[in-house]
Amino acid sequence: MTMQVTMTVNGEEVSREIEPRLLLVHFLRDEIGLTGTHWGCDTSNCGVCVVLLDGVPAKSCTVLAAMAGGHEIQTVEGMAQGGTLHPVQEGFFQEHGLQCGFCTPAMMLTAQALLEVNPDPSTTEIREAIYGTACRCTGYENIVRAIRWAAEHPALEEVTA
Amino acid sequence: MTATDVPTSPVPTSPVPMSAAGNPIGFGRMLRKEDARFLRGKGNYLDDVNLPGMLHGAILRSPYAHARINSIDISAAQAHPKVRAVITGEVLATLNLAWMPTMSYDTQAVLATDKVRFQGQEVAFVVAEDRYSARDALELVEVDYEVLPAVVDATKALDADAPVIRTDKEGKTDNHIYDWETGDSAACDEVFNRPDVVVSKADILYPRSHPSPMETCGSVASMDPVTGKLTCWITSQAPHAHRTVYALVAGLPEHKIQVISPDIGGGFGNKVPVYPGYVCAVVGTIVTGKPVKWMEDRFENLATTGFARDYHMQGEIAATRDGKILALRTHTLADHGAFNATAQPTKFPAGFFSIFTGSYDLEAAYGKVTAVYTNKAPGGVAYACSFRITEAAYFVERMVDILAHDLQMDPAELRMKNLIRPEQFPYQTKTGWEYDSGDYLVTLQATLDAAGYKELRAEQVENRARYEQTGEGTLLGIGLSFFTEGVGAGPRKHMDILGLGMADGCELRIHPTGKAVIRLSVQTQGQGHETTFAQIVAHELGLPPEDVEVVHGDTDQTPFGLGTYGSRSTPVSGAAAAVVSRRVKEKARIVAAAALECSPSDLEWELGRWQVKGDPEKAKTIQEIALLAHSSLELPEGVEGHLDASAVYNPPNLTYPYGAYLCVVDVDPGTGAVKVRRFIATDDCGPRINPMIVEGQIHGGLAEGIGMALMQVIAFDENGNCLGGSFMDYLLPTSLECPSWELEATVTPSPHHPLGCKGVGESATVGSPAAVVNAVMDALAPLGVRHADMPLTPAQVWLAIQGRPARTDLAFT
Repeated sequence: MTMQVTMTVNGEEVSREIEPRLLLVHFLRDEIGLTGTHWGCDTSNCGVCVVLLDGVPAKSCTVLAAMAGGHEIQTVEGMAQGGTLHPVQEGFFQEHGLQCGFCTPAMMLTAQALLEVNPDPSTTEIREAIYGTACRCTGYENIVRAIRWAAEHPALEEVTA
Repeated sequence: MTATDVPTSPVPTSPVPMSAAGNPIGFGRMLRKEDARFLRGKGNYLDDVNLPGMLHGAILRSPYAHARINSIDISAAQAHPKVRAVITGEVLATLNLAWMPTMSYDTQAVLATDKVRFQGQEVAFVVAEDRYSARDALELVEVDYEVLPAVVDATKALDADAPVIRTDKEGKTDNHIYDWETGDSAACDEVFNRPDVVVSKADILYPRSHPSPMETCGSVASMDPVTGKLTCWITSQAPHAHRTVYALVAGLPEHKIQVISPDIGGGFGNKVPVYPGYVCAVVGTIVTGKPVKWMEDRFENLATTGFARDYHMQGEIAATRDGKILALRTHTLADHGAFNATAQPTKFPAGFFSIFTGSYDLEAAYGKVTAVYTNKAPGGVAYACSFRITEAAYFVERMVDILAHDLQMDPAELRMKNLIRPEQFPYQTKTGWEYDSGDYLVTLQATLDAAGYKELRAEQVENRARYEQTGEGTLLGIGLSFFTEGVGAGPRKHMDILGLGMADGCELRIHPTGKAVIRLSVQTQGQGHETTFAQIVAHELGLPPEDVEVVHGDTDQTPFGLGTYGSRSTPVSGAAAAVVSRRVKEKARIVAAAALECSPSDLEWELGRWQVKGDPEKAKTIQEIALLAHSSLELPEGVEGHLDASAVYNPPNLTYPYGAYLCVVDVDPGTGAVKVRRFIATDDCGPRINPMIVEGQIHGGLAEGIGMALMQVIAFDENGNCLGGSFMDYLLPTSLECPSWELEATVTPSPHHPLGCKGVGESATVGSPAAVVNAVMDALAPLGVRHADMPLTPAQVWLAIQGRPARTDLAFT
């Protein structure tokens, strides 16, 4: 049994014939080839699969692709505008907010969503916002600094990374 | 905090020239080259590798810790319309692949044939057209198990009535693996028997923990049926070692095997071993003629791949009444699980645990490690431990604090009194290590000063007085740890893994236009090799680092070497990169001399150029020399053209980074909750090639330490069920548990490393757990608590306060 699902991903409408049980994370990665969204645990604990669903961080390993039908999804591939990095991406670069890079897309999307509702968050507010995604490399400190950097440089910067 | 108060490197470094792109031509803070792809979601991790016609494999795993397999019926699975192959141990046995060698000269079942020996053990491999169908078909495999009693408690593994796990080993009648000794038992006895010594004893458990990188392990194997070439993409920290193991295991010619380690989503030692799933993917591609991908889920990663620790350490420390530490000894029980699959140098079955004398000048030391099989997952490989140094550092730092507790002495004062003095280096330890360099007292003082140690102790006096009066509020704890690691394994004559000496190759080629490519045997898992190694070449040759391409992770493109673990990339491969650059520099000198029509001895090096002594206007830059080396310029007899070199670096000794850590906690005695208020870390890893990257690595290691000390444990119930098989049960530290780290640095170069660098990747993981535990014990001291084992969860702290701390490795007593 298959079903038709249509959603907007990074501003483009996509439509696929899928199994109803297909997870959003596998839809994004395997069906439309956006491998920047990662998979880490299946139990909503690690948060490396976070995407923005109608602008809100959602763990795509626990969302069925069918449930995302009719909604707007943003992935890490949709952050940069043309050749210009989003301030959050630039902040992660400037402040060494990533090492292995596996949790980075989820962290950056979470930060983007935070800054849209709270453009000048304190470090405590940042830590509360990102606690749903685990990182084994950075000890979080430079991620917090990266998001502060983005808050202080809201205009899109020239691409340097 | 604002971006402007982000600390820069605390290490004073002389300024280096900057390149046109704004990067240091040498050591210094440089933003990472590899970030460009990761920031855009364009990394290429294992699960991102997709090949035309690729099939997907999944592993059926044992639900039991110990059971006999009576039969396996695969007919229903084979009948699934999307299944292409079902492979069992019986099939593998016909290929002589049912068992494989481990890194410790033991054997491990690839797919079980006779018995299963731990929960989650590999039983069958299903290959299907998509990953969901492969998982569906697992449920169609019928296995008839006869459940056997399981050995779960390592302390009972050698009991006479314990079930024998390794019945596959001919004549094996118990669960004993090895006894290993270090130091001088008689010399220790003499000290401990002196009438005036104070002896403190403790039983200290470093429970089973798991590195759990955010990316699990996996492989894509593709056999070209025409050329017979096998290409394997593997989550591997050691692609060359893996290739050799596949050649040995599968009998395939090594030149027809290419191992590619793509971007790795964290390793921490978890991606060193060869796992059955990798072998199954290879068999899968051979059987089906199609590429086969196998990717673990999180349970598989946590419950079946290389765990760490599981050391039960009985310790005794002897000192004079005024706090001069004289001797330390231990008898340690090592739980290796069902197969001894630990990866460590052959002569060191207990790894480098014998560095347990730590940073102190002792008269005597003795250690004995007894290793046993249990019905648990195999491994014990790593987790940022430099081959068991984490266990050693934790042991000695707990013993020293327990001694301080018993002597009623300040733990900082006790350490100051006993640390090895600078004039004693190189220092020969009582267990056979030669520490290369150190200035320990300065480093400890730096931490005490940064923390405001006296003020903290004064605050603690008030805190305790208030608690005593009111019985309310939190208790303040201050914990210290001073660790010394030995990293950069290692000297070939002493250290090999499966017979492969632990030296690493490096190749450097300068193109005609002065751009360079350097090829490494090591593989990054986030450490930033593409940046750091370019900086080493820049430092040696004056090339802008952006002009140096770093190639790694592909055995067809890089020279042989043993890979990245045990903090060995900078100590071994970094040295190789420096040596190979110096060879290129000497070759450049000959070319420059030919072009300048002088003798090479008339030239002197200024960063990026050879110039005539006394006449610096007459010079050739490295870029000019590169073009000349490829030109028609006549070179002296016997000098070949082009500008390249290769090197193999065989380290003369380990390097010995060290550090002093201080943790401040607030413990709520009512709930047992521990809040880490501050963490101050002074690391001395020698000169820092890229201080930003070094600090990032320390941050990450400190978070790991918080995790192990307070949250993470793989425990088992009485039937051998793994209780840490998901992130709901195996708790990783998040942004809320971690404080804002406070870092300091001292710089004491290694005298034998070409760059003086010592390696830092594991320092913080090695050093931090003891600081956290010491802090919690310090907080609880007024309540009569002397020791409790990690992880110090609220429940464990609360039990400790009640005077009955638990065995954290078992869910039963």
